[in-house]
Amino acid sequence: MPLTWDAFKEGDELPVRLKAPGVTQLVKYAAGSGDFNPLHHDFAFPQSQAIGSIIVHGRFKYAALGELVSNWLDHGGRIVKLACQYRGMDLPDREMTLRGRVVRKLEQGGRRQAVLELSVTNADGQNTTPGSAVVELRG
Amino acid sequence: MAETIEITPAMQAVVGVDSAPWAFEVTTTSVRAFARGVGYTDPVYFDEAAARAAGYRSLPCPPTYLGTPVFIPGKSSDTFSAPLDTGPRLRHGLANVLDGGTETEYFADVCAGDRLSVTTRVSDLSVKKSRATGQMLVVTNTTTYTNQDGVVVAVQRGQGLYY
Repeated sequence: MPLTWDAFKEGDELPVRLKAPGVTQLVKYAAGSGDFNPLHHDFAFPQSQAIGSIIVHGRFKYAALGELVSNWLDHGGRIVKLACQYRGMDLPDREMTLRGRVVRKLEQGGRRQAVLELSVTNADGQNTTPGSAVVELRG
Repeated sequence: MAETIEITPAMQAVVGVDSAPWAFEVTTTSVRAFARGVGYTDPVYFDEAAARAAGYRSLPCPPTYLGTPVFIPGKSSDTFSAPLDTGPRLRHGLANVLDGGTETEYFADVCAGDRLSVTTRVSDLSVKKSRATGQMLVVTNTTTYTNQDGVVVAVQRGQGLYY
């Protein structure tokens, strides 16, 4: 069901999404995005060896936050702005918890927008990828 | 790992200079490949009938996807697929790169069938200290996506961390 303006309020949490992308999923993301940095699929790559593992693309986490918001909107609106920072590395096959919360609802000039706070939390409870979004509802 | 990183006048001269445009294609196949890479199950990103039922012209770009740069061997980065040499090259000699963050503003929808003209520029250079890697060069790129009708559909700012 496409999201409507009256169906949510400030403080609401978006449905949580769990992800634990393995190497195969990261290879699919590499192919889909065109980012073939070996740091995301090749354990023998010098930077992977220095870090001790391949790491999840920051942009995979950015896209996954986009997916979290897209699933919530269910095409009842559009994303106006989406941002995140890559503060910590995430490793393959480790569970990441993606969360979103409605911080503000604003109606001005006939536009109905909501500001969201987003996060990607690793298994140790660390928010590796704080983010935010602005969405605009259709109805 | 660099002990000290200096932003030279030659590096500073690159800031604010727009690249030549490069074509980014949005196709049904490329939208599906990206959506599959993220792990979407929403049929709107895979099934054209579902996309039309949801009000789109064709498969819409999932958030953060803004087309695939046309790949030409020798003219495109073999690693990142982005075009090479469309703008001034930033020379810093640092071997390692991490992604610092990304911000995208959207002004209109982008769907399969669109062809985007994309220009990018280094919009800021700074040096910061990181506990893990010592000094890092922070390169902010601003990329503008314009569709076939001349409408700016998105502006993206990204930070590369070089060390």
